[in-house]
Amino acid sequence: MKIIYTDVLIIGGGLAGLRVATGVKERGHDAIVLTLVPPKRSHSAAAQGGMQASLANCKMGEGDNEDIHFGDTIRGSDWGADQEVARMFVHCAPKAIRELASWGVPWNRVKKGEHTSIINAQKVGIMEKEEAHGLITARDFGGTKKWRTCYTSDGTGHSMLFAVDNKAQEKKVEIHERLEAISLIHEDGRCYGAVARNLMNGELVAYVSKATTIATGGYGRIYSVSTNAVICQGMGQAIALETGIATLGNMEAIQFHPTAIVPVGILTTEGCRGDGGLLLDKDGYRFMPDYEPEKKELASRDVVSRRMTEHIRKGKGVQSRYGDHLWLDITILGREHIEKNLREVKEICENFLGIDPAVDWIPVRPTQHYSMGGIRTTHRGESQTLKGLYSCGEAACWDMHGFNRLGGNSVSETVVSGMLVSEYISDFCDSKESSVHITSSKIETFLQKEKDKLEALLTKENGEDAYILRRAMEKIMMEKVGIFRNGDDLQKAVDELEELLKRSKNIEVFRSKSRAANPALVNAYRTQKMIKLALTVALGALLREESRGAHSREDFPARDDENWLKRTITSWPDKNQTLPSVDYEEIPIGNMELPPGFRGYGKDLTIHHPKTAARVSMVEAISKKLEADGASRDEIQNALMPFLDKLPKKYRGKNERLGDNS
Amino acid sequence: MKKENANRVLKISILRFDPNNPKDFPHMQTFEVLEAEGMTLFIALNDIREHQDNSLMFDFVCRAGICGSCSMLVNGRPTLACRTLTSKLERHITLAPLPLFQLIGDLSINTGKWMRGLNGRLETWIHDKEAEFSFDKLEQKMEPELANEIYELDRCIECGCCVAGCGTIQMRPNFVGAVGLNKIARYHLDPRDKREDKDYYELVGDEEGVFGCMTLLGCEDVCPKNLPLQSKIAYLRRMMIKTSMKD
Repeated sequence: MKIIYTDVLIIGGGLAGLRVATGVKERGHDAIVLTLVPPKRSHSAAAQGGMQASLANCKMGEGDNEDIHFGDTIRGSDWGADQEVARMFVHCAPKAIRELASWGVPWNRVKKGEHTSIINAQKVGIMEKEEAHGLITARDFGGTKKWRTCYTSDGTGHSMLFAVDNKAQEKKVEIHERLEAISLIHEDGRCYGAVARNLMNGELVAYVSKATTIATGGYGRIYSVSTNAVICQGMGQAIALETGIATLGNMEAIQFHPTAIVPVGILTTEGCRGDGGLLLDKDGYRFMPDYEPEKKELASRDVVSRRMTEHIRKGKGVQSRYGDHLWLDITILGREHIEKNLREVKEICENFLGIDPAVDWIPVRPTQHYSMGGIRTTHRGESQTLKGLYSCGEAACWDMHGFNRLGGNSVSETVVSGMLVSEYISDFCDSKESSVHITSSKIETFLQKEKDKLEALLTKENGEDAYILRRAMEKIMMEKVGIFRNGDDLQKAVDELEELLKRSKNIEVFRSKSRAANPALVNAYRTQKMIKLALTVALGALLREESRGAHSREDFPARDDENWLKRTITSWPDKNQTLPSVDYEEIPIGNMELPPGFRGYGKDLTIHHPKTAARVSMVEAISKKLEADGASRDEIQNALMPFLDKLPKKYRGKNERLGDNS
Repeated sequence: MKKENANRVLKISILRFDPNNPKDFPHMQTFEVLEAEGMTLFIALNDIREHQDNSLMFDFVCRAGICGSCSMLVNGRPTLACRTLTSKLERHITLAPLPLFQLIGDLSINTGKWMRGLNGRLETWIHDKEAEFSFDKLEQKMEPELANEIYELDRCIECGCCVAGCGTIQMRPNFVGAVGLNKIARYHLDPRDKREDKDYYELVGDEEGVFGCMTLLGCEDVCPKNLPLQSKIAYLRRMMIKTSMKD
């Protein structure tokens, strides 16, 4: 039996996991990162367009600050987000980007003087200030009032990931590559690490730790077409769910990105539209202004994806053998701009479509892209129900995105949550509570259990083919739990997935019987776990009888705050259950800084909560009174919803800006 | 895909070997795959694994040419398999793992370990002992053009193609390769890294570094990101010679 002890075990070597690792290391704790692939190959690298932080350096970002970023984030979430968490996030985003600048990310910079941009299909001259020259610049993104998305060309995630991984290496963080956590070790409501399988030689290892962090990203691959990397299969959420104790939040909140290429589903960044690209239909007609006259192509992602789908349903899509699509036109940006600021997009177009985006239109359609749901945690990143288990980044639901994430807020969240959660974990490790009380024989039972499960998969006879079950699951999710949802289809999805779950207990690994590196074995156990996750998504979507953010019910088109201003909490307490247990957590209006309102897209159908009006008047009264007294924006904010005391002390300072527009 | 190529049956020959299996030995195995429009080697290999041989080992992550996981020899040439369209290849395709890296099995290789070793050796991070970072203050300014130039070199994805395409490394196993030299050029350009010319000279001013390169420049030919490896190696060499003359 191989047991490795450490202070902090981190599952997942993308931006969030690596930032946690460097943070706890800085605080003097040992850290081991388990990763499926070398960290620099994590899906964080695929983030193209940028990272939101309200630096307000460039002309079009002038006047930006935490308040505006906060408002955009909450409206974007359709009031599903935890407002304190969103506040903590917007406050720390400028700190995170500045830290990354000092770690070597070559952020694109403001250049003084005039430059031309394309705004609403027109060339517009923009004059950048002399004093901003050389500071970090930003581009426009959907659903934001200011140009706030900082970038390195369209390889932002790549540059960030390389800088953070290099930092982790400098800090001597131990990285165990190609090690997959397949179950969590826990006893008496306390998590003590994980059983991991070495993907190169099949060895099982128990990692025992004071704190365990899951930072494994999203679960997009439960859909047959996704922009996600092939490793984004939700294994972090699945092993948390399988403890029967940890809970998942808002699993039905799935984002579809408007512009993935057809048919392979590879992303072209929102930066294409942020920089002035247009969406066109089969007639070459720009249709978005008809639907969303104000924000047009730069409405929030969920809105643009729905409008595109509506337009295709009206017969305006371009027909192809892979189904209908629309066009993304970035030719108006000009070759020079594309080759400098959208070079990944250009390479993708050349390599996968054989077209030149400076000349040709790009075939696109909305495609699964992001998981707002995940392991439900407190604002400290700790599971609400399993002590010692932490989670952050896309894997978690702490919950700053609610039912729709803004473009540019995901990579930003990875590093901010990594910064914060590493401090909370370090505090935990410094306390007596973190002491490890688990016997080696108990650890051995966890190891043995996993060994038995793997052995059963390899020795089963007349069993089911994992590939067939997995493809069936992916198809159900695509067809019945997609952009537009309805009760009938969702009920069918749940029933069919439940059937698949029962069949998945009988999976057999055919022919390929190696106990060492064996892709068929990996596919078998991951398929079992993925079907469980798919059920949490489908069941959550079936039960939520309203439309909020990316969860859009044709049979319940209104956002229903009266009944549904709450988070879906899913768990799997008994392993013999064939459906997850679903519970709800109220989102209290009483302490909201920004009480529920109209997002500003389409018709306002909101069914308001009875308490909303009172909170609106209270917020207005407090703000008015303090404004009359000459209070600063920070003082007003603090009176409405204090949050600073929740942050680690080192991150409480005020963010400096040019000309200080505080 | 061109019309005349429609419905081709591809013959894909793969160099197979499972080092975990004492009975196995390296051998070629050929699979037939019905070509589809827009098919890449990512699609073809997954098709083989799902429908013909579920033990076939290979590595894909982003499948979009961004992460550098899937480098392999395609008809003898190092490249990223995920973004290789089968329509651009002849009907008979041979695939083999990249040489020089530890073989995990079939087409799967351990580039991660090699690259981590390299990064540790060259200390590919910002060195600044005097840095006084404040979470609250404005960031340090940088010339916009310089930021662009650094990003140009920062685009390396550590795929290992340049290493596999390198003649020098065949003779000098500890040679840092174009990937290593490019990283040195990147940090040398970056004013945030306070290392001096002589520090870089210590790292790559020898035959395992820039003076080992025989200028065959296979690296430049095969780099999937079209990094300016040739000019950066030449630049580093001039810089290193100047540095050596100073001492």
